[in-house]
Amino acid sequence: MSPSTEHGRPDPETTTLAPSRDGRPVSDRGDTVCVIGAGASGLTAVKNLTEHGFGVDCYERETGVGGGWNWRHDRSPVYASTHLISSRPFTQFPDFPMPDSWPDYPHHSQLLSYFERYADHFDLRRHIWFGTEVVRVEPVDGDRWDVTTRSTGGYGPERTSRYAAVLVANGHNWSPKLPRYEGLEEFRGEVMHASSYKDPAQLRGKRVLVVGAGNTGCDLAVEAAQQASRCWHSTRRGYWYAPKYVLGRPADQVNDALLSWRVPLRLRQWLYHRTLRLTVGDLTRFGLPKPDHRVYETHPIANSQLVYYVGHGEITPVPEVARFHPGGVTLTDGREIDPELVVFATGYLPRFEFLDPGILGDADGSGRPRLWLHAFPPGHPTLAVAGLLQPDSGLFTLAHWQTVLFARSLRLRREQPQRAAAFASRAAAGAGERYAGKVKDSSRHWFEVGHVDYLRAVQRALDELEGK
Amino acid sequence: MSGTTDERVRILRGREWAHPVRPARREVLSAVPEVDEGRPPLLFVPGFGHGAWAFAEHWLEHTASRGFPAYAVSLRGHGGSEPASGATLRAYTHDVVQAAAELPRQAVLVGHGAGALVVSHALARYPARAAVLVAPVLGGPATAGLALRANPVGTLPALFGGALRLHRRQLFGRELPDADARRHLARLGRAGRRAQWQLLAGRPAEPAVGRPPVLVLGSPDDRVVPPAALTRAAGRYGAAPLLFPGMGHDLMLDTRWQEPLDALLDWLVKDPGRR
Ligand SMILES: Cc1cc2nc3c(=O)[nH]c(=O)nc-3n(C[C@H](O)[C@H](O)[C@H](O)COP(=O)(O)OP(=O)(O)OC[C@H]3O[C@@H](n4cnc5c(N)ncnc54)[C@H](O)[C@@H]3O)c2cc1C
Ligand SMILES: NC(=O)c1ccc[n+]([C@@H]2O[C@H](COP(=O)([O-])OP(=O)(O)OC[C@H]3O[C@@H](n4cnc5c(N)ncnc54)[C@H](OP(=O)(O)O)[C@@H]3O)[C@@H](O)[C@H]2O)c1
Repeated sequence: MSPSTEHGRPDPETTTLAPSRDGRPVSDRGDTVCVIGAGASGLTAVKNLTEHGFGVDCYERETGVGGGWNWRHDRSPVYASTHLISSRPFTQFPDFPMPDSWPDYPHHSQLLSYFERYADHFDLRRHIWFGTEVVRVEPVDGDRWDVTTRSTGGYGPERTSRYAAVLVANGHNWSPKLPRYEGLEEFRGEVMHASSYKDPAQLRGKRVLVVGAGNTGCDLAVEAAQQASRCWHSTRRGYWYAPKYVLGRPADQVNDALLSWRVPLRLRQWLYHRTLRLTVGDLTRFGLPKPDHRVYETHPIANSQLVYYVGHGEITPVPEVARFHPGGVTLTDGREIDPELVVFATGYLPRFEFLDPGILGDADGSGRPRLWLHAFPPGHPTLAVAGLLQPDSGLFTLAHWQTVLFARSLRLRREQPQRAAAFASRAAAGAGERYAGKVKDSSRHWFEVGHVDYLRAVQRALDELEGK
Repeated sequence: MSGTTDERVRILRGREWAHPVRPARREVLSAVPEVDEGRPPLLFVPGFGHGAWAFAEHWLEHTASRGFPAYAVSLRGHGGSEPASGATLRAYTHDVVQAAAELPRQAVLVGHGAGALVVSHALARYPARAAVLVAPVLGGPATAGLALRANPVGTLPALFGGALRLHRRQLFGRELPDADARRHLARLGRAGRRAQWQLLAGRPAEPAVGRPPVLVLGSPDDRVVPPAALTRAAGRYGAAPLLFPGMGHDLMLDTRWQEPLDALLDWLVKDPGRR
């Protein structure tokens, strides 16, 4: 059970097949399934696939598990102060609870220890080849896949192995989405994307402009309010800033109580607006723009402190950036400001650099793959993506059930090929389905899902698969 | 039907998300082998009225001496765990799943009496390595009927929310010295009223996740769980029960406590595969 942290893996029993297209030898891994990534989604895939009797090889470019939640990983989007936005019951895996002694909204270091314990508890590390990066995934005859790997950083030779199936769990919060502005190149101040923000010391004493009001932008604006000498927060629309607690409990738990009583969306929106009115009141009085949408129509922001600091004058809300100058920024309302540091918290784009984008239905590379359940590409029954979701709740429960569904569909291919074929055509027909109510058009909302709508769809898929 | 398992995985758990079980301080007693041989840990779950003490008497040490790390949890309101008179079956299940997830490796869940019912529910929320149901009381109206016939005076109050009182002949075989029997009886507590009702109502457990192998064992002379109930429980998991004649319901406290435990551990050593 020794974790392999050194580069390259000991040779598993393989037979070398005919060479691949470009002449390199391919080792046949038989019925084994390949999992790409050992973050939360990859770990739950390894666990659920082995639990369903599959052999698994998981490749991870870093030297440890936890993906984005290991903030030492070079692509981790997590910063020192990150705490969860989804409360514990929504965040934990459905079959491995977080400890009772943890707070409602644990810290990122607790999340990492949770994933490490999950890996140890279910003895997952023996399936993982650390320090190994997947560089190519190519379909071959018989719905099988050639997976080419090499040591992270490009050292050493490439090697290709043939798998019965591939599960992609490479995460979608690491490749920055950066807006373009006129004059940005001449700007003399410092510019960074939020993905390289780690520590409040980076803000201390500076005049800071934060762009974007996803959860990252809001957390950063709050940190700048506490650390920087000045904080402007630029947003291109007004948002609903939800507190982490309402009516004496974590807000998502109150929301789910309403959902479980099947309170209709309109009424929930009304209740929500009402609750905000009664607490923070009308935010336009602070200069925040009025939201151009109803609550639940953008990815939820859970932040109790943003409005507090706006109310204390520590955050100055400003509109979109019009252009940059060497010495400052012009805003769309004509105002000029002079930040020393600009942080773009403008989100991320999914990237599958090892896979022909056409396979995921994203041939134009717009970051909007057309999949069923945001997981299953049409025409490729042995390929799935896990974790490519922006839920209005915790992600890991959803990733868990995605991988259970994938494992069961693979098992069905073995045991009842005909029923499996019916399932595959269901997947093809459902490509591009959405699982959220109305949302604002923004690349980040392509895979926005309501957790209840989404899990209902997965439940139906599981029931269909098992003929129930 | 009372006590049968519902075969459909239920993935929408709105009530559990919106109203998580309130944590309660838990007592966990343990005995671990001197050298870790990589064997899976066992988590013993006592039945209603019993606490972790019931396993600390003999079973924990012996399990550890055979190379398996051994733990016993007291359900809330029992033994040294936090008092909880309003506890529900869901809260007990939560306690067991929490205790299991705290262990360093995937655990084997061993439930005794109504603790087996709690284990059957816990199996739907935690993919155990394996499960063992010892003299299982899986609930449903039949359970009440049986208990009434065996011990009307002790059982009747429980049907109205009072304490269930089990007497010596229900729990122990004849050979157990009186002094020991009295000592154990004095330690018995009681389960929450709501949990007792839920036991009688017998809501079926959801299917076990991860399809663990399940072993059922008990005694044909158990005055709480008759042989037919053992056969039924075992049949549900596709096996026959292992029987230890002459023993009472509390197999882990009886004079011949070692026999069923050795049988259980032998079964684990054979390393049963998943179903
Ligand atoms: C700041 C922040 C806070 C968040 N808070 C919450 C929250 O409160 N609740 C919630 O549910 N979600 C939250 N999320 C979203 C989500 O939980 C995380 O993005 C999470 O890390 C996703 O897990 P993952 O396994 O899908 O991806 P990742 O964690 O990104 O893991 C992907 C893994 O794949 C590896 N990998 C990638 N490409 C390759 C390759 N080619 N070869 C080999 N390995 C590869 C990476 O090294 C990485 O280890 C948050 C996200 C961010 C950015
Ligand atoms: N504490 C936490 O747990 C925590 C913290 C941070 C992030 N997260 C999670 O991590 C994920 C990523 O969050 P994120 O905040 O980094 O990204 P995000 O949710 O994609 O938000 C990006 C923000 O930038 C804006 N934006 C995008 N492009 C822009 C442009 N060209 N010009 C101006 N504004 C632009 C977006 O506006 P639009 O409204 O127009 O899209 C949005 O406000 C989310 O799932 C989030 O919930 C969680």
